[in-house]
Amino acid sequence: MREIILQHPGEFDEWRGHARGLLAARVPPEDIVWRSVGDSASLFADPAPLQPQRTVSLPRELVAIADRVICHRDESVPSRLYRVLWRALDDRKLLERRTDTDTDWLMRAEKAIRRDLHKMHAFVRFRRLGEDETGRERFIAWFEPEHRILRLGAPFFRKRFYGMDWAILTPDARAIWHAEELHLGPGGTRDEVPDHDVVEDQWRTYYGAIFNPARVKIAAMRAEMPKKYWHNLPEAQDIAPLIAGAEARVERMRETAVSLANPRSDKWRARGEAETAMPEAITSLEDLGQAVRACTRCPLHCNATQAVTGEGPRQARIMVVGEQPGDREDLEGRPFVGPAGQLLDEALEEAGLDRSTLYVTNAVKHFKFVARGKRRLHQNPSTGEIDICRWWLDQERALVRPDIIVSLGGSALRGLTGRSSSISSMRGTAHALDDGARLVSTVHPSFLLRLPDRERARMERAAFVADLATAGQLARELHR
Amino acid sequence: MSEKPILQKLAVLADAAKYDASCASSGTVRRDSTGTKGIGSTGGMGICHSYAPDGRCISLLKILLTNFCIYDCRFCINRASSNVPRARFNPAEVVRLTLDFYKRNYIEGLFLSSGIIRSEDYTMEQLVEVARLLREEHRFGGYIHLKTIAGASPELIAKAGLYADRLSTNVELPTEDGLKSFAPEKKPQTIRKTMANVRVGVEDAVEARKDRLLKKAKPPRFAPAGQSTQMIVGADGARDDDILASATSLYSGYRLRRVYYSAYSPIPDASSDLPPVRPPLMREHRLYQADWLLRFYGFDRAEIMAGANEGMLDLSIDPKLAWALQRRESFPVDINRAPREMLLRVPGLGTKAVDRIVAARRLGAIRIGDLARLTASVKKVLPFITTPDWRPGGLTDSANLRARFAPPPEQMSLAL
Repeated sequence: MREIILQHPGEFDEWRGHARGLLAARVPPEDIVWRSVGDSASLFADPAPLQPQRTVSLPRELVAIADRVICHRDESVPSRLYRVLWRALDDRKLLERRTDTDTDWLMRAEKAIRRDLHKMHAFVRFRRLGEDETGRERFIAWFEPEHRILRLGAPFFRKRFYGMDWAILTPDARAIWHAEELHLGPGGTRDEVPDHDVVEDQWRTYYGAIFNPARVKIAAMRAEMPKKYWHNLPEAQDIAPLIAGAEARVERMRETAVSLANPRSDKWRARGEAETAMPEAITSLEDLGQAVRACTRCPLHCNATQAVTGEGPRQARIMVVGEQPGDREDLEGRPFVGPAGQLLDEALEEAGLDRSTLYVTNAVKHFKFVARGKRRLHQNPSTGEIDICRWWLDQERALVRPDIIVSLGGSALRGLTGRSSSISSMRGTAHALDDGARLVSTVHPSFLLRLPDRERARMERAAFVADLATAGQLARELHR
Repeated sequence: MSEKPILQKLAVLADAAKYDASCASSGTVRRDSTGTKGIGSTGGMGICHSYAPDGRCISLLKILLTNFCIYDCRFCINRASSNVPRARFNPAEVVRLTLDFYKRNYIEGLFLSSGIIRSEDYTMEQLVEVARLLREEHRFGGYIHLKTIAGASPELIAKAGLYADRLSTNVELPTEDGLKSFAPEKKPQTIRKTMANVRVGVEDAVEARKDRLLKKAKPPRFAPAGQSTQMIVGADGARDDDILASATSLYSGYRLRRVYYSAYSPIPDASSDLPPVRPPLMREHRLYQADWLLRFYGFDRAEIMAGANEGMLDLSIDPKLAWALQRRESFPVDINRAPREMLLRVPGLGTKAVDRIVAARRLGAIRIGDLARLTASVKKVLPFITTPDWRPGGLTDSANLRARFAPPPEQMSLAL
């Protein structure tokens, strides 16, 4: 039997030094008694010095866990931890065996440490000591963690409070941040820390005011803020009176007869009421845009962000009509700014057309979609929806009076002609519309984006560009 | 008007802020004060510095800049027609309070909201100014959550995104009708447009930071902790189905990190349209569970509502169990073979337990005795699973399975 006496319980290096030697010498866990300094006297004679018999290599993750778990205050920890290391020498997957008794113990012990650390980061309360000559503020705190975790917990405070000097005192150890260096030292006592800070009065006022007396849930509070921490939390002295007074406060809210409206409220509200009035007659694209944005003619407005109205100069000779705004258009409130818009821009350029001279709009002004997880999936508008929205498209046509209208896809065709016809039956010839404009039909750019076959996509894209070029050509001919 | 002392203002403006449930300080980028030699850090995980007796965490200094408000939302303590005491902080006072609290390790940062004064833009400007002072004048690296005032200009939202970790716009009520009758000044369209501005800001900043081959300086971040919202539960007639429909559409449309559900609770000087009642805390809890099923368990709204009754979730059992009881033909599942997606649907198994099961079964079959090390809720799981040494037999289909989990019915008290 071998006896190891740890001089500094909770410190990793000392324990690791012993463990490494013992593992190398193949001393099995059951042959070792781990004691802390100050325990009762040794019962065993000094054994022979350790003879290294093998190299010790352990998974890095396990070493990192051991570094934390050694802070655990349970006296059996040095020995149980050694047992895990001993087994890990021959079983590299030990950490993954969550159903193993030793692994289960290790994980629970580590969880206890992590929780204690988290609570330390949460519940340390600094009190202000004053300032040094340079005006740098100095703070100090007294804290009693469950385990010996100060060395693990201190770096968090360095990162957070670099710009001030601070010290955290615990019964086992102290951490001091001064002159941009972190020092660890011996434990301290509560009376090294002042017993008040003026800001605590504000904090307690805040604590009392943020509490909602109508939803008292004491068990939930205590699960997360166990009583053992309360005596170092300035706000905790208010818990009992807040709970005691809660019922009466709620009762008062219920019983108080509803009072008359605050007499000043009309005056306040009047200041905020500058509702934009609807234009009475639509005589410009601006009027039209305003009216479209207020549209509730069909239920599509309920879920969309906003109506997307057309964009472009009123003198435009060519009007391009798509189907409906997509996800991006819906967010930005502008037509053809998403992926399909990018493709349209490229194709227009190749066809020799300048988008800023065109009027670009959609057959339907609101985005129709189904929500699926984190995405909104486009849905085709129904003929009913297209026909209702034709009200707006017709007004755009009446205001712009283009020579040529390019319809992108089937929905646009429906919106322009009022009939459902296939693109293939309309494509290739310019049809005259009732208002004298000539209709050039082609596909919607998002159709091109969906084609999986590259060769087919290339051909369809070329045909699309050709259709746009035809529209440009027709416009030039008519203008001559 | 005489100036109130700071303690009094703090009491009024914290009291006015407590109906906003959000207190998260997580999900933002890692920052610390080593580089700036100032104060403040943020990490992946939020820290709750205290808990009030209502069981809610206190992570942020949650206050209003002012509780004067030109809006008259019936459910709100700060509505124009309420007679609650009013107060207003100036930006410097909020900055001072935030820093004083932060240096004493009371908080992770600031959650600043405000009543609407003068106009949406004016109010938003004031909020942005506080955040700017903290970041630029005081090198504050802690967490900042700003309320975005619906209808504020996109330029102001863009500025807010530069200073804040999180932005939030509350939808308050899930249906358009609800808003019309209880919050006449709030327009659902305006709220959605503001959320759209935030989403575009976040996504453009992420894109710009990816695409920086030619630029040396990284473009600035924009609200790295994203945006969130809150809905009030139980103030209007909206059903759980309406609430979850609204949540689904908000998650997908504006990439919200969180939707908060806040049980309507009695407020001082309540409006006569809303008689004070006990806050529906269990309903709020079930909605959060349903929300988790939507986001982390692969459920969609229709499935969750399959276990509901007339659009309302079952209050006595959780929504996953309610769903499973309607879908008994899918159970029991073999936990050594079932795909991850199916394990997630087993009542009692959370995402962490599923991760542990998937990892453990690679190294050998899981037996009934191993379960306690993998999940905390063995008893709940048993009717829905099999292992080499366990079959639930008739348990899965037994008629009183629901009764095993539901709390015993309380005897109705006879009203006299």
